[in-house]
Amino acid sequence: MIDSSEFFLYENPDESTVSPTAMTAILQTQKLRVEFRTRELRQPVKIALQGLDLQVNAGEVFGFLGPNGAGKTTTMNVLLGFVPPTSGSASLFGIDVRQPIARQRIGYLPELTYYYKFLTAEELLRFYAKIFSLSRAETDKRIPELLKLVELEHAAKRPIKSYSKGMQQRVGLAQALINNPDLLILDEPTSGLDPLGRMKVREIIQRLKNEGKTVFFSSHELGEVETVCDRVAIIHQGELKTVGRVGTIMGNYPTLEKAFLNIVGYQPQTAP
Amino acid sequence: MKTIFAIAGVVIKELYRRKDFYVLFALTALITLAAAAVHFFHEPNIIRYVKDLCLLLIWIAAWIITIATTARQIPMERESRTIFPLLAKPVTRGQVVLGKFFGCWLASGLALVIFYLFFIVVTGSREHYWPLLEYFQAILLQWIMLGMLTAMTLLGSIIFAAPSSTVTIVLIAIFSIWFLSPHLNVVALHNPEPMRDILYAAYFILPHLEFFDLRERLVGDWGLVPWSACGLAALYAAAYTGLFLLLTWLGFRRQNLST
Repeated sequence: MIDSSEFFLYENPDESTVSPTAMTAILQTQKLRVEFRTRELRQPVKIALQGLDLQVNAGEVFGFLGPNGAGKTTTMNVLLGFVPPTSGSASLFGIDVRQPIARQRIGYLPELTYYYKFLTAEELLRFYAKIFSLSRAETDKRIPELLKLVELEHAAKRPIKSYSKGMQQRVGLAQALINNPDLLILDEPTSGLDPLGRMKVREIIQRLKNEGKTVFFSSHELGEVETVCDRVAIIHQGELKTVGRVGTIMGNYPTLEKAFLNIVGYQPQTAP
Repeated sequence: MKTIFAIAGVVIKELYRRKDFYVLFALTALITLAAAAVHFFHEPNIIRYVKDLCLLLIWIAAWIITIATTARQIPMERESRTIFPLLAKPVTRGQVVLGKFFGCWLASGLALVIFYLFFIVVTGSREHYWPLLEYFQAILLQWIMLGMLTAMTLLGSIIFAAPSSTVTIVLIAIFSIWFLSPHLNVVALHNPEPMRDILYAAYFILPHLEFFDLRERLVGDWGLVPWSACGLAALYAAAYTGLFLLLTWLGFRRQNLST
């Protein structure tokens, strides 16, 4: 049985509003470390994550930020069971991520969305529904709902190869929701989309939040993170730099982007 | 099992929505029709040779379809990144391997049945002779052999980076096995030690595809093979298939998948 663990969450000690609050941890990592060994001789081991402690609670939209190569995707890869942790632990709904059942209640949207191009959106969703062992009646009810949500009803019977990038991203979102997940893991969901596409994806995330879903997503679009996230974590060179409410992290900075650049230690270069 | 068959279903859909199957079918159909045409020249003996040629073509076309379909499955899942949303669901890597295996095996069986049906209808309508049970036995044994080949190709697909490398290497391996393994014991007799032992070991280790080849029996009309022999051949193929699948799973589960 899938169970949730109760624990006390402490925000970043740097924050002024440290308050232990009883919350339900949906996603948790403890002292998570990931090392990659290169095949070349005498090459040092690459440390992708070092001692990452994260907790994402039920019902929150959690932004996971960091520059390229910071370890965001590696964290997601561990959470999804693609990469085993070198040490430490990661769990979803209190279940070790190495157990396939941990992924029963999650939906995942990868950064670059490619699906079986020879299938139609409807066939793709039916395939994933089978994997979740959804009944035929439930599948028949769920597919039109999802296609409506992502505004793809008109293209349901067309092969995915004929879709635009934005449509592919939206079919990706639909597949991530097929099992009506309690936790959504989105890896840069608006990457490469035009402003309209971004807005649509943002609206969907907002709608899911209103339905009480937990969303864990990485993004480079800090404006978007500022708009939709309850809390954010900033990671740099495999280390967690800060975690907390968006407003708290922004502090006196006018934008989250400025706060982010300061946290990751970005020094603007002055002209000689 | 639902997951395995869902994955297999996608493989089958892919086969009939791609062009390679139709190209091979058209080619085989053309030569099979040529076999039917030989009657027009009133050469009753030559039809045997043409039938043999058609069966050989079906045999090779089935290999090509099986190897080409199987070799691209896991590498393409990785290249097109469809493996990530798939494994992000409650799916194990073992289920992916089995799903791909059953999908490719069923797809190759489907292709085999279509090839044979065309061949049987064309030759039967010319000869007015329908040894259906013999044909069924030939299809069944060939399909069982294709299962072994599917598993072998899946193993190759997780070892070699590109599907084209897998296709080339497996095709070379399978043709070598087909030509050499039935004769290795004879070659061993004419060699000194330790070569003799090495060749004998290879004779027993390499799969014997000739156990599944009933083409000569069909052409010569030699009747049915005892069903017990078919059963033994199936067990023999199952052992190799199981071994190849186990090795594939062991290799695939160790691979780090990074998005």
